[in-house]
Amino acid sequence: DPVRRKTSKAWNREDELPVYLAGPITTGPNQRKTYGMFSSVEGAFESKTIDFENYAVGRKGSRTPRSGSRERLLDTGDPISKTPSEARESSLNGSPGERDEARSRAEVRFSSGTENLNGKSERLLIKGGRVVNDDQSFYADVYIEDGLIKQVGENLVVPGGVKVIEANGRMVIPGGIDVNTCLMKSYLGTQPVDDFFQGTKAALAGGTTMIIDHVAPQPGDSLLEAFERWQEAADKKACCDYSLHVDIPQWNENVKDELELLVQDKGINSFQVYMAYKDVYQMTDSELYEAFSFLKLLGAVVLVHAENGDLIAQEQRKILGMGITGPEGHPLSRPEEVEAEAVFRAITLGNRVNCPVYITKVMSKSAADTITQARRKGSVVFGEPITASLATDGSHYWSKNWAKAAAYVTSPPLSPDQTTPDHLHTLLACGDLQVVGSSHCAYSTSQKAIGKDDFTLIPEGINGVEERMGFVWDKAVAMGKMDENQFVAVTSTNAAKIFNLYPRKGRIAVGSDADIVIWDPDSVKTITAKLQQSAAEYNIFEGLESRGGPVLVLSQGQVVYEEGKLHAQQGTGRFIPRKPFPDYAYQRVKFRNQVKHKQGVTRGIYDGPVYDVAPIPKYITPSPSAKTSPTSHQPPPIRNLHQSNFSLSGAQIDDNIPRRSGHRIVAPPGGRSNITSLG
Amino acid sequence: FSGHADLLGGPYSYSDRLLIKGGRIVNDDQSFHADIYMEDGLIKQIGDNLIVPGGVKTIEANGKMVIPGGIDIHTHFQMPYRGTTTVDDFAQGSKAALAGGTTMIVDHVMPEPGASLIEAHDQWRQWADEKACCDYSLHVDITHWNDSVKQEVDNLIKEKGVNSFQVYMAYKDYYQMSNSELYEVFTFLAERGGIAQVHAENGEIIAEEQARMLQMGITGPEGHVLSRPEELEAEAVFRAITIASQTNCPLYVTRVMSKSAADIISQARKKGNVVFGEPITASLGTDGTHYWSKNWAKAASFVTSPPLSPDPTTPDYLNTLLSSGDLSVTGSAHCTFSVAQKAIGKDDFTQIPEGVNGVEERMALIWDKAVTTGKMDENMFVAVTSTNAAKILNLYPRKGRIAVGSDADLVIWDTDAIRTITAKTHNSAAEYNIFEGVELRGAPLVVICQGKIVLEDGNLHATSGVGRFIPCSPFPDFAYKRIKARKQLAVLRAVPRGMYDGPVSEFSMSRGGTPSASARTSPTKQPVRNLHQSGFSLAGPPTPDDIPIRPAGRRIVVPPGGRSNITSLS
Repeated sequence: DPVRRKTSKAWNREDELPVYLAGPITTGPNQRKTYGMFSSVEGAFESKTIDFENYAVGRKGSRTPRSGSRERLLDTGDPISKTPSEARESSLNGSPGERDEARSRAEVRFSSGTENLNGKSERLLIKGGRVVNDDQSFYADVYIEDGLIKQVGENLVVPGGVKVIEANGRMVIPGGIDVNTCLMKSYLGTQPVDDFFQGTKAALAGGTTMIIDHVAPQPGDSLLEAFERWQEAADKKACCDYSLHVDIPQWNENVKDELELLVQDKGINSFQVYMAYKDVYQMTDSELYEAFSFLKLLGAVVLVHAENGDLIAQEQRKILGMGITGPEGHPLSRPEEVEAEAVFRAITLGNRVNCPVYITKVMSKSAADTITQARRKGSVVFGEPITASLATDGSHYWSKNWAKAAAYVTSPPLSPDQTTPDHLHTLLACGDLQVVGSSHCAYSTSQKAIGKDDFTLIPEGINGVEERMGFVWDKAVAMGKMDENQFVAVTSTNAAKIFNLYPRKGRIAVGSDADIVIWDPDSVKTITAKLQQSAAEYNIFEGLESRGGPVLVLSQGQVVYEEGKLHAQQGTGRFIPRKPFPDYAYQRVKFRNQVKHKQGVTRGIYDGPVYDVAPIPKYITPSPSAKTSPTSHQPPPIRNLHQSNFSLSGAQIDDNIPRRSGHRIVAPPGGRSNITSLG
Repeated sequence: FSGHADLLGGPYSYSDRLLIKGGRIVNDDQSFHADIYMEDGLIKQIGDNLIVPGGVKTIEANGKMVIPGGIDIHTHFQMPYRGTTTVDDFAQGSKAALAGGTTMIVDHVMPEPGASLIEAHDQWRQWADEKACCDYSLHVDITHWNDSVKQEVDNLIKEKGVNSFQVYMAYKDYYQMSNSELYEVFTFLAERGGIAQVHAENGEIIAEEQARMLQMGITGPEGHVLSRPEELEAEAVFRAITIASQTNCPLYVTRVMSKSAADIISQARKKGNVVFGEPITASLGTDGTHYWSKNWAKAASFVTSPPLSPDPTTPDYLNTLLSSGDLSVTGSAHCTFSVAQKAIGKDDFTQIPEGVNGVEERMALIWDKAVTTGKMDENMFVAVTSTNAAKILNLYPRKGRIAVGSDADLVIWDTDAIRTITAKTHNSAAEYNIFEGVELRGAPLVVICQGKIVLEDGNLHATSGVGRFIPCSPFPDFAYKRIKARKQLAVLRAVPRGMYDGPVSEFSMSRGGTPSASARTSPTKQPVRNLHQSGFSLAGPPTPDDIPIRPAGRRIVVPPGGRSNITSLS
């Protein structure tokens, strides 16, 4: 047998593996490595079973490259759903000779099987799937061991006792990453009904194999303690890998130390600041400026909840004053231009500080357009629409059913404009918006009812972690707006890149984590609260049909979802630490830092007449931040005396024209100026 | 008005009766050939072959354009600054205005924060009445906000003839207002029919940037523009428009200095916002490259806020938007300081007094940059230099139009005259002119103010103290017609629902984490429910509201009244 395997290996190398496949899988990551993209996965290339570099010498076009997978497709006799062109191709290409070869190879592998680990095997082979990454799609088998992808290619040589999953030509995609969940965000002492167990279960059922949850400390709480609380809870309960964003509820010196610690020791590289929630979380522009500056030094991504809290507070008061107390008051007091305004301001701040800005929860057309325009001007800004804004709209706030209307309450609110979801999908498809979250934060009706007499007290949060990938497929890919690669990008890869998880997450490649989904583009499902994983009574997508869904979900190399059955295990989720300075966000920023260095003009010292004014500047106090900021104490500006011999060359034509002096000039002790030529 | 005539006397006193013959009258809507007869400072007749009394002084226009005198909607004459005063007082400044074809100015009253608005207003009135050579009106700047200021604003609108108030989004800890204050000011002005003017720059970010520049050792005038990049202007404009739209208040952005700010205004107008943009002479005629001049005094003379944009294509762009109507009016923001005054900030650019000249150059500059380049026609020229300002201030058609009954403020415009701007010959008292050396085509040939010739044959006959205060009434149609219509449309209604009587979770308000803090301060803690409307029905909801839902979640407190029949919790 060893001999045979060896020969078959050699045969593989030279004849079977197509050049286009070998290239990206083997050399691709290595090229990236030089740019530091692989830095976050230590030891990703260790314990490989096959030296892939040998595969780089495939023979070009001598054979139909996809024959292997086609064969299996025919053999199994279970051609589920193929597009007509694929079916035709396979029937044309499948020559009898090839079929024989394929069969014999399959025999070899299975005959050597010694163990049978009935589904809980550490070793898995996904056969005959079409691997879809964000950059390309290709037919290949994927071999998984110890929770990592060990081999990608055709006719892999794998050890015995491997559980084989027949993908039957279906899409094999990197598991989804939901960048925005709030599974522990307490509200007035009550916890959301979906905790890390319930929430991650729902995530897995929807094809999402990693979540990034928001740590939401209250003002005055220690960020570090809150982080540890979250981590502890998640370690106990999460069924899939997770990471954490930390929200900054207020800005002060202590926070700075904690942030530094979180970035350097705890593996956190993203923090959220709030422009809304006046008198609670909201930061002033000065605080935002300082926070942005500080987070930029740490190399973190700044997440912004963008709504103008001052205006919202005023509008809420006005609307309550009009006697509007129901959930419709929520969108009425938070019109979308208030969101767009804050987005614009956040981007302006980001530009000034030269810091990447990430807008969480893009809910309206105007906010999305503002992001689009800023990107056209070169701003480093990312936008995250969520399941809700992509699949439903704010007309439900006017439902006569209070509980239903309240179920939609989230901030920024869903836009009452019914064309919003379509517009956001278009921007997502063209790359103007980058990632899709869910902002899953489920409260029961009785919790929502805390605000039954006052919409400002309704706890904010909606579901969406389970439905996220399905709706993007249904509304963007099935509608022809987006291709499958972009689908992978917005549901998984971009998130991994922005938050420095790539390529450990967000890609099917050798060395990456075995978080994989076999996706069925044709399955149709009707969303209903009766069948959902979430514990909430309402599902805001109730009754909507969604085309496309996971057939099988692998998390950490384990089958956790198969044929509609969930095998999630509480506590298996690992915390994934993230390093600062993600290239995807910071590479441009670093270059701009070098370019943007500003210099003063070298001039002689002005020694002309100076008006006498009150010593205490009465007019403008230009830098009051000096009060709070430790960095802005101003040392006297240093003048390079070697450069102080001014010259008038290069000045304007009129520089030497004698001027009439104004009246009331106080002649200074040093005499008249030789610079200003006051005549 | 005859009272003034008695006071005049002197060698340059002319008859109160004037006839302009053979001119081409150019209003904002049309141009036509006609003679104009004026008496007692008013236009009495317009037409051909007018029958006029004897002894009338006749001016032969020879087919030249006769336009309504310019209105400079933004000046700072005689402005106190840290114990000094700008070098152009009302006499000097209005003389310069007349020399450039502007026959009315609107000055900004700038009370110190904490000071009474009315007292400041009266003080400005006194200064202007003493010295102004042309009619004037006043904006009042609101430099702080509280109930007594509110009262004063009300008073100024109702009794003092002020209908426009400026608020500041810059000058942190001094003039700057918070978003909440802006919201309240705008709401109040919208009720009373005032125009909200904003100085739009993000003061908080500016303060941070200024500190950063000084720390980097940049202390010269270039620090001014580096610490106030144009996106901060655009940001504030965007925010001001948002607030104005929320409060349904007409907005007027003073000093549009950059392309991005102008773009924001033009986008907002396309979305239907009631917003007016005012580029100034400086932003239409020069750019911010001069801040890097090696000559400190020259660089400092360009210091104004928002700063001139270093992008040299800005003036051309703003002239285009002015021509297309996206920007509405032009001012000068004329506020001149001597070099010695500017030198207060010689070691720290944040201390340089802010202000540029432009009242005299305004009209010629627009003619040269917009009309002679073919961007703008002569009617639009009249609109942006005079008519639109008169409409916004509710002075139309008394000002801003050549019509029977209008004030006799006219200019005979020479489209071909060429002048070179220089501080040596300008009428301002400043040593520098930021347009030094610029050649402008187009100039006033004759200027008639209050029915009297003040400029003829290159000689200026301005008389100090003849300027009258022109009161402006609230609710100008130009801004408020749309606002009023929208007010009627924008009535919000609650959804009539039954009371929710389902279970309510236990919660503690003590945990300081209420996200809706405004509820704490809200005066309407007890929402009023219309009981007549509370008879809910499940009959005709537009969406299937009665889908069965899952059993209630955990931790439900069963209320005394039993389970809800509204939410169908089973």
